[in-house]
Amino acid sequence: MLTGLKRMATVGLTAASLWMLPAVPVFAQGTAPPAINSGDTAWVLLSSALVMAMVVPGLAFFYGGLVSQRNALSTLMHSFFILALVAVQWVLMGYTLSFGPDIGGVIGGLDFLGFNGVGQEPNGSATIPHLAFAAFQGMFAAITVALITGGFAERMRFPAFILFSLLWTTLVYDPLAHWVWGGGWLAGLGALDFAGGTVVHISSGVSALVAALVIGKRYGYPESLRPPHNLPFTVLGAALLWFGWFGFNAGSALAANGLASLAFVVTHAATGAATLTWVAVEWTLKGKPTVLGAATGAIAGLVAITPAAGYVDVLSSLVIGVGAGLVGYWGVNWLKARLGADDALDVFGVHGLVGTWGALATGLFASEAVNPAGANGLLSGNPAQFVNQVIGVVAAWAMAAVGTYVILKVVGVVTPLRVSREEELVGLDQTLHGEEAYHLSPTVFGHASSAFGMDSAAAKAGNPADARPSS
Amino acid sequence: MKMLTVIVRPEKFGDIVAALRRAGVTGMTVTEVRGQGYQKELPQIYRSLSYQADFVQKVKIETVVPDDRVEEVLQAAVAAARTGRVGDGKVFITEVIDAVRVRTGERGDAAVLGPGADM
Repeated sequence: MLTGLKRMATVGLTAASLWMLPAVPVFAQGTAPPAINSGDTAWVLLSSALVMAMVVPGLAFFYGGLVSQRNALSTLMHSFFILALVAVQWVLMGYTLSFGPDIGGVIGGLDFLGFNGVGQEPNGSATIPHLAFAAFQGMFAAITVALITGGFAERMRFPAFILFSLLWTTLVYDPLAHWVWGGGWLAGLGALDFAGGTVVHISSGVSALVAALVIGKRYGYPESLRPPHNLPFTVLGAALLWFGWFGFNAGSALAANGLASLAFVVTHAATGAATLTWVAVEWTLKGKPTVLGAATGAIAGLVAITPAAGYVDVLSSLVIGVGAGLVGYWGVNWLKARLGADDALDVFGVHGLVGTWGALATGLFASEAVNPAGANGLLSGNPAQFVNQVIGVVAAWAMAAVGTYVILKVVGVVTPLRVSREEELVGLDQTLHGEEAYHLSPTVFGHASSAFGMDSAAAKAGNPADARPSS
Repeated sequence: MKMLTVIVRPEKFGDIVAALRRAGVTGMTVTEVRGQGYQKELPQIYRSLSYQADFVQKVKIETVVPDDRVEEVLQAAVAAARTGRVGDGKVFITEVIDAVRVRTGERGDAAVLGPGADM
């Protein structure tokens, strides 16, 4: 009985899983729905917008700066397009698959298909409108898919990218979000994931690695280096990610309260610690403190603290941040060279490995003294919680790896996954999108073959360069 | 008339332009270029990898001067460009058949001398 109660507390308040119980039974039992709190609602809506800003421009510019100049636009397009794609998918079916009434611990039911029944009243125990919760969660779905794109950047065909993204968010993200936050089997087990260490970061990081393996290396990798074309973009993106992450983590409290404040502070502290660690390690081993190292270290810290943000005290967050810097640096600089995969923008190292560290660290440092609705971790004398975290990690790894592999194999049958060698060398901006990122010369080197559809008398008469025969 | 093609370190560009002006040069064309010689560029770091560009950043200054001024201008450019280390660059001197100042139609030396120039 005691165990059962404890499990309920653990499960019921795993951040988003406040919503695991469908509205109807709650109301049917005569419990009055909670009143909407305007402060909580304002914070969650703002947090939703902050998480959106993580996708675009945050992640888009973080990734966009890291690629070669000829792929700058195609990389920005990945994040931008996914934001739109998942906005529609989430409303139509993503939300209900993730947060609809539980079916066997595996998937959400279709009660909320097309946002049916997702209204202005609260649903569950949080004091915000159901719509606000659904909007917040929709942004998480978007950034998770967008993160994966760093694994296959600079070589994936656009149609294959669209199909993969749609299938992945539906068949991998939505079930996984349900398992952990929607009342699925991992929630029932008591695995803690405050803001998405397993659901968002392990899943995207592992998927990026598998995608990189299936799609293959970029031509010339790793012998011919193509260094980042615009590191200031990358720093700008990292800073926006850090900023938006306050919505991601502190917003996951689903209220403007003390828990949100804790999540805010530990997020900032861990990120600082991870950045300092990465810079120190790189400076020591390589002789120079690179700016890209600082930016990457910050992302590692943000990733690691994500699952722990509502469960650990501030000093523990510093340890988690230091661990993030070490694990991330090792993954990106040592392990990557030995994996043989061209995970182009290091999604696996920074999100997969560091996400795994964060999930495990949550099982070490979690404390009911910090959050009574959480659980005690190993260091508070509860090894069982650590085991739960391990199970959560293994489940996320397996789901992401198998799901991504199968989806890519299926997509590959429908349409080729990668561009031709020729297209890759010319660049995806030109070959996939018909654009170039930079036209910096004031000289006009071209002319419109048809201005606004009027390739007419005026154009022919006025422009001697247009003397070629027109059809 | 000869063309001096001066390919030098970008960080010496300002000094060289000043020296050329002191030597009476009034017109020049400048291009940012990359080239390969004996010099190795400073290594850059991307993740764990240090890499060196095979082609090193240089700046190319082209100027056309009357035959009797070539040596003075050449010496000014070389003196300003020299650091004594590998990678200081090259100067190539080529014969120029003719020149035209577009605005006035002047030809030859008159086309490359500045207004009121004493060279």
